[in-house]
Amino acid sequence: MAEKSEVVNFMDYKLTADKVNVWYGNFHALKDISMRIRPNTVTALIGPSGCGKSTFLRLLNRMNDYIEGFRMEGHILIDEKNIYAKRVRVEELRKEVGMVFQKPNPFPKSIYDNVVYGLTIRNVRDKKTLDEACENSLKQAALWDEVKDDLKKSALALSGGQQQRLCIARTLAVKPTIILMDEPASALDPISTAKIEELINELKKYYTIIIVTHNMQQAGRISDRTAFFYLGLLIEYDTTANIFTNPKEEKTQSYITGRFG
Amino acid sequence: MNNRQKDNLFKYWAILCTCIGILMLVIFLTNILITGLSRVDWAFITSLPSRKAELAGIKTALLGTVWILILTAIIAIPIGVAAGIYLEEYGKKSRFANILEINITNLAGVPSIIYGILGLEVFVRTFGLGRSILAGALTLGLLILPIIIVATREAIKAVPKTIREASFALGASKWQTISKQVLPAANGGILTGVILALSRAVGETAPLIIVGAATYVSFTPNSINDEYSVLPMQIFNWISRPEKEFAVNAAAAIIVLLVITFFMNGIAIYLRNKWQKKVKW
Repeated sequence: MAEKSEVVNFMDYKLTADKVNVWYGNFHALKDISMRIRPNTVTALIGPSGCGKSTFLRLLNRMNDYIEGFRMEGHILIDEKNIYAKRVRVEELRKEVGMVFQKPNPFPKSIYDNVVYGLTIRNVRDKKTLDEACENSLKQAALWDEVKDDLKKSALALSGGQQQRLCIARTLAVKPTIILMDEPASALDPISTAKIEELINELKKYYTIIIVTHNMQQAGRISDRTAFFYLGLLIEYDTTANIFTNPKEEKTQSYITGRFG
Repeated sequence: MNNRQKDNLFKYWAILCTCIGILMLVIFLTNILITGLSRVDWAFITSLPSRKAELAGIKTALLGTVWILILTAIIAIPIGVAAGIYLEEYGKKSRFANILEINITNLAGVPSIIYGILGLEVFVRTFGLGRSILAGALTLGLLILPIIIVATREAIKAVPKTIREASFALGASKWQTISKQVLPAANGGILTGVILALSRAVGETAPLIIVGAATYVSFTPNSINDEYSVLPMQIFNWISRPEKEFAVNAAAAIIVLLVITFFMNGIAIYLRNKWQKKVKW
């Protein structure tokens, strides 16, 4: 089953990883990973704990830079630009590549201050611009109707699901083109999870989304393509339909049917 | 003896121990209050020292304490907090930071009189500050520096990693993350530590004896270069006099000093509770 988009040329890839290797000290965490991701798609990264999928995700906005003993070889290109080149400023890269974490991590400040934080640190001071950004981002994250009457309320007073959507709104406010999500629904109840999944489906129109998930059904529901990682190797990377109905590798087959993991 | 009896025995033993501690405090406080409370009045607080016990007051000592306290705070807080931030946020991996860390922990355990000797040699003699408020405040500033540094580090450590990550992921620089997220969240803890450190400084006597706080000053300080006395010095002076009336004065001055330290500790506890309530991760 070939996707229509398969015929588009290489220039149309949003993100390209080329022979990426990562070490933490002596531990070889990622081995020769190469993959390409198209714009406006959802890519799911699956695999058992410790397989390297989160490491790969955090490579894309350089969050691994803070880990002691981290070393990387290979290239990661976003819009044809090497994000590990010397002249790249991580602050600017992270404007392009937003991230939502596993546990909702709002700042202990008001809802409003949370959403506009990414703008205020870039010296946006104009009240009207901030207000608009706040409203638009909260609307896009499907949280506006629940919080619009009290934007000064502490973000910590929101429910877990609301907090996670606030974190998504906060990420959107900076206007990234790629959003990384590290198991964004694993700490949430089923209803909140459904809302997040619905949201991801909506956001796909405007953003390229890469999501780590432990939940096979979730990967099946929301992603266009799925990458299966195992022991630091990218075992298989294909359309989600193929991975789940017709995997080429035996390892993939055993993992998605729950024989290990 | 069965387990239940052992259990009870231990419980009563623990209650007894607690009571001994509290009893000592109660005896001490009642003793002081009975002796000195009647002597504490506005005249006592606003009078200059005198050779006649009934005319003597603590005005100069109290003002000296206030001067020393403020100056010590101005000296020790910026340096202590900045050092704490450096050690916790920047200097984590270097060998230099390791050496600093060990030394700071050691400093916290150095007897206060040693600081007095250091202050005498460095501030009073080498810098030629003499028996001034500045020399005293610098010495006390050194004394409480380790306490402030440790408190700052603990407060910063208590800020969850996830907050830092969130800030970085939105493109904040390291300094923006520290100044806009970490420090505001750690504020309560830092402030608590600072107040406790200052309330320790208020009660210190030994280092000030060495750097030359006077026991008898008949004028109030007007600048940081003036001679000064502080409450503990005044108390020390009165206690060592043979006349019984001065012992009453000492008890009264102790009450004033206790009120100051209790008040400062109270603020610290209030801030800590408020901070704990506000920030639930």
